[in-house]
Amino acid sequence: MRHNIRIAVGPVQFRIGSDWAEPISALEQLYAGYPQDDARPADATVRLFAARPWRRWVRPSVHIGGDFVVPDALPLPLSMGLLAAEMGMNLQVALGWRRHMLLHASAVARDDRALIMSGESGSGKSTLAALLGEGDWRLMGDEFTLIDPASGDALAFPRAVSLKNEAIAAVAAQVDAARLGPLMAGTPKGDIRHLIPRADAIADMHEPARPTLLLFPRFGGAAAIEPMGEGEAFVRLTEASTNYVALGEAGFAALTRLVRETPAFGVSYPDSATGIALVEQLWAEVAK
Amino acid sequence: MPDPAFRAAPPDALRIEPLGELTAIFDRRSMQTHLVVSPMPEILAAMGADDWDAATLAKRLAESFDFDGVDDVRTILAERLSELAAMGLVAHA
Repeated sequence: MRHNIRIAVGPVQFRIGSDWAEPISALEQLYAGYPQDDARPADATVRLFAARPWRRWVRPSVHIGGDFVVPDALPLPLSMGLLAAEMGMNLQVALGWRRHMLLHASAVARDDRALIMSGESGSGKSTLAALLGEGDWRLMGDEFTLIDPASGDALAFPRAVSLKNEAIAAVAAQVDAARLGPLMAGTPKGDIRHLIPRADAIADMHEPARPTLLLFPRFGGAAAIEPMGEGEAFVRLTEASTNYVALGEAGFAALTRLVRETPAFGVSYPDSATGIALVEQLWAEVAK
Repeated sequence: MPDPAFRAAPPDALRIEPLGELTAIFDRRSMQTHLVVSPMPEILAAMGADDWDAATLAKRLAESFDFDGVDDVRTILAERLSELAAMGLVAHA
C-alpha cells in the first residue's frame, strides 16, 4: 500500500499499510523508540483502506482490514485513523496469535515477577498498569498478556497504552508531554490518548516474568480484597482469553498451571491511589 | 423398566484436573473443557472401565461415602449419569 510501517511489539512483528499518510505518521511518533528490523517477516498484517478510491478524499473513512477481519465493522473517520490502526493491531493478535495463550489483561513486573490484572473495559486494568509503570514497576502491557504454554512465563506485549476519559488527565499529570500521542475526542470509546511506554519497558520487552499475583480489579466501590479460588479464577480467565479454545489441550494445561501457581484476588477500589495501595499490599504478602 | 447402563470414557480420553471446589475436565475427543463439582468427579473415578447402572453404582459408592440421611441415592445418581452423558463424559453402554 501507499504508506507503510513495520513495528515489533514483544514477540509480534506487525506490518501496517494505509491509504493515508496520517495514521502511519501517528504510529511513527508513538513507536519511534521501538527496535526496528526490516528483514524480519511480519506475523500480523493490518490494512487501513478506503472502501472506494474517492473515499480517500471525500468524507475519508478508514476501514480496518488485514489477515483477519470483522465483517460489517463500521469504519472510523480519518481523524481517528490512529485508533483504527491500534484496533486493527489488537484484532490481528486476538484472532490470529497461537504461539502463546492470550489473556485480556494488563501486566507489570518487578524483579522478574509479574502482576497480571484481568478485567473488561472499565475495570481500570489499563490505568492501573500505566500508573504502576510510572513507578518502580516495568510495564509489560495494558491490553494483552501472553502466557508461554511451555514455561508458564508471562511475556510482555507493551503497545502504546490506550488511556480513556478521566485516565488521560490522571496519567498526563505524571509524564512528559513528549510521551503522549494526539488526543482523539469523541471516539466510540470516549476520549482516547495514547501513552508511550517508558524506555525501560521497551528495552526489556523480551524479558519474561514469572506470574506471581493475579488480580481481577473492579473500579468503583469501597476498597475491598476478596481471595479467589482456583476454580473461579480458571473460569474467569477462560472468558478473558481470546485463544483458549483454539489452543486445545495446551491451553487447558497452561491455564490450569497458571491458576494453581498464582494466587488470585478480586479487588474493588474507589480511586487509583487506593487501587495502587491495595496492589502493593497484596504484592508484599505474596512475593515474599 | 431396567436401569440404563453407562460406561465412562476410555482411559486417555479425559484429562481431569481438580481446582479447589471445581474440577476441570478436558475431553481430548471433542476438545471441550467441562467444569464440574462433586459428585461428578467421584462418580467418574468409581466407574473405571466397567458398565454401571444407577442401582449398582449407588451400592459401590456407599462403600466409600456416607449416604446416611440421603433418600433415594439411586434416583440422584441416575440424574447425574444422564447429565454426564449429555456432556459426553459417559456413554450409554
